[in-house]
Amino acid sequence: MAIRRREFLKILGIGVVTGVVSSFGGVLIGRGKDILKEIKSSPSKVRWAMAIDTKQFITEEDFKKVIEACHKAHNVPQIPDPVREVKWIWVDTFERAFPTLEHEFISEEVKKRKFLLLCNHCDNPPCVRVCPVRATFKREDGVVVQDLHRCIGCKFCIAACPFGSRNYNFYPPKEFLKEVNPDYPARTIGVVEKCILCYQRLDEGKLPYCVEASEGKMYFGNLNDPNSSVRKVIAESIVIVRKPELQTKPMVFYIL
Amino acid sequence: MYNTGKVIFFIILLILFFTIPMWINFGRLEAIPQPELPKEEKKCVESKEYMRAYHMKLLDEWRKKAVREGVHIYVASDGEKYTISLQRTCMKCHTDKEKFCIRCHNTTLAHLDCWECHISPEEVKKWQ
Amino acid sequence: MFEYALQGKPRYWIWLGFLVLLILIGVYYWNLEHQIGAGRVVGLHRDLTWGLHIGQLCFFVGAAAGAVMIVLPYYFHNYKEFGKITVLAEFFAVGMVVIAMLSVFVIMGQPWRVFYVLFYPTPNSIIFYDLVVLSVYLILNLICGWVVLHAEYKGVKYPSWLKPIIYLAILWAPLIHIVTAFLLQGLPGREYWLTAIMAARFLATAFSAGPALLLVLALLTKKITGFDVGAKAIDTIAKIVIYAFIINMLLFGFELFTAFYSGIHSHQAPYLYLFFGYEGHTEYVSLMWASMILAAIALILLIPTATRRNEVTLTLGCLSLIISVWIEKGLILMIGGFTPNVFHTITPYTPTFPEFMVAVGVWSVGFTVVTILWKVAISVYQAKEKGVFIKSS
Repeated sequence: MAIRRREFLKILGIGVVTGVVSSFGGVLIGRGKDILKEIKSSPSKVRWAMAIDTKQFITEEDFKKVIEACHKAHNVPQIPDPVREVKWIWVDTFERAFPTLEHEFISEEVKKRKFLLLCNHCDNPPCVRVCPVRATFKREDGVVVQDLHRCIGCKFCIAACPFGSRNYNFYPPKEFLKEVNPDYPARTIGVVEKCILCYQRLDEGKLPYCVEASEGKMYFGNLNDPNSSVRKVIAESIVIVRKPELQTKPMVFYIL
Repeated sequence: MYNTGKVIFFIILLILFFTIPMWINFGRLEAIPQPELPKEEKKCVESKEYMRAYHMKLLDEWRKKAVREGVHIYVASDGEKYTISLQRTCMKCHTDKEKFCIRCHNTTLAHLDCWECHISPEEVKKWQ
Repeated sequence: MFEYALQGKPRYWIWLGFLVLLILIGVYYWNLEHQIGAGRVVGLHRDLTWGLHIGQLCFFVGAAAGAVMIVLPYYFHNYKEFGKITVLAEFFAVGMVVIAMLSVFVIMGQPWRVFYVLFYPTPNSIIFYDLVVLSVYLILNLICGWVVLHAEYKGVKYPSWLKPIIYLAILWAPLIHIVTAFLLQGLPGREYWLTAIMAARFLATAFSAGPALLLVLALLTKKITGFDVGAKAIDTIAKIVIYAFIINMLLFGFELFTAFYSGIHSHQAPYLYLFFGYEGHTEYVSLMWASMILAAIALILLIPTATRRNEVTLTLGCLSLIISVWIEKGLILMIGGFTPNVFHTITPYTPTFPEFMVAVGVWSVGFTVVTILWKVAISVYQAKEKGVFIKSS
């Protein structure tokens, strides 16, 4: 009697383990293709890119118009705590935007220029590589999207981003909204948000809010289309990107 | 079995305890949640029966489509097209979440966290 | 066998009660973060998003893997002197892995979404592997320790099906801190971490601080319960600890060489900030030097055989080592990775009191597990020593 029970338990145990492992494995293999689609950039017809003409951004108002267009439309909170700000697009100095380019004797005018910084929607994004749940993933057209329904708030992506484009919600964001856009959601505490290149507007054939508000100072278009404005302006001007040595292949170009 | 009497007594007590929600509301009509439907609109994205049973699946499918697949138009079973958006489509008609969504969800104790992020129409009033 | 955990002298219950109190305080502060927002409770900010708690993950994952330095010689090389401490080492590993896993859980902004890591497996993300590897290690050690102990309790040899599981647990142990090191060393923007030697240093600190902590606990247990794991065992573990620590300090020296000889300023900046201060910020200078001084004390006390054999100096040396490694892995490692930030400026970080209390709560959970499991193990061994055998029916 005792031997039969032990045999039974052994077989049951092996059966359960096999069942769990094979179903898990089956799910993994089946989902594997989907997962690959979400993390790799694949050659496709459209690759969105942006080129910012930094010489044209002169007054504070120039920057403010662009930033407010984005932040107001997306209900981005205004956090008073200076080290815990939430900013999808912001202004920064040359020294902070391009720290390794800094040199004593380069043009004073360039050194004093201010730069618009945002998520670079890199072609080789480290943030996408590290997200454990693919809350941040790369679309085929190059946009690095943030899925707030899935973010678990582990902040690995913020550690991975070499550009400081990502924001963790340290405070309840709704408490710090001065006005609200009723057509767009806000976020909650404990999730990461960032510029999403207005992918919904792109899908509807419109330009991102920042590009629209810049009144021509920012170029945006399909990098794969040789006739697009962004392709032409990149070919004809001196452009730099942030931290090229890390080879994340950013898609935001700065026209010096 | 030892202490048969006590064991059976307490098993019955346990069953009665776990079935409290069923027999305590027996025959009480007030216990049935009455969500308030929108007054003007008579047609939802899908039929009432479908929505009652599958609205959570529909919403899950919607958010996957809109955020992860870049599909922003939903074609309903009757062929009509809707924009996939909680705030711009669903809440355009179901404007009061307390009187509609929360009524049933409170009764079933299915906690909703949609509005931790999403903004409901009455919430918008706070900023106006 | 578990009934041993439910019987004990008053000091056992007072100790457990104290730990539970610390756990409750930790839970209170952890919950506070989710009620009013992390910005009002913790010291983390936009430029530094992994601080004290992920540091604890790095330290305790090493402590957990350190148990393999006892288990491996016993099973692979039949080192009989480790007979009494092997089960204790495996139970110690269980407690330490619990601390490591909880440390990650408490930093999550949406903790109730934690199972998404399993619902949406992502083979390219190291966190996914970390969760799998740590969970499996926990289960393996629990099984190995419990079954071997149970066999002792019954007075028989452990069943043969356990052997492959034991071997798997031994091979699995280095995996847990290699994967944790991979969390850090694959990030392109963090120069302090972007080094192949990170995994090697994790191994070295694990095999020094882990067994050292185990050793201190074993000596403490001897004082409290009279259970002696054996002078030879203690001596061998001390030797393992000091060799691993020497290798660790060497590896640290190698890192310093690469940073400073290469002349790349952004590689040097974290070290300059930690050791001397940078751009006026000197927050961690004293702590960094304290860690170095404690490391020197540990080397001075543990290298000479005389001081290593003396229990007092051995304990002091091990405690110095543990605190030195804890400062370096548990806090400095995180700070160095994020400071200077991606804009090459300094935004200082200090763990807040609530953050610290949550960490204390997490430690208490781990030590509760260790206390209970060790109570069972030591009771079984002491019963055997007294000649009280359970007849297998």
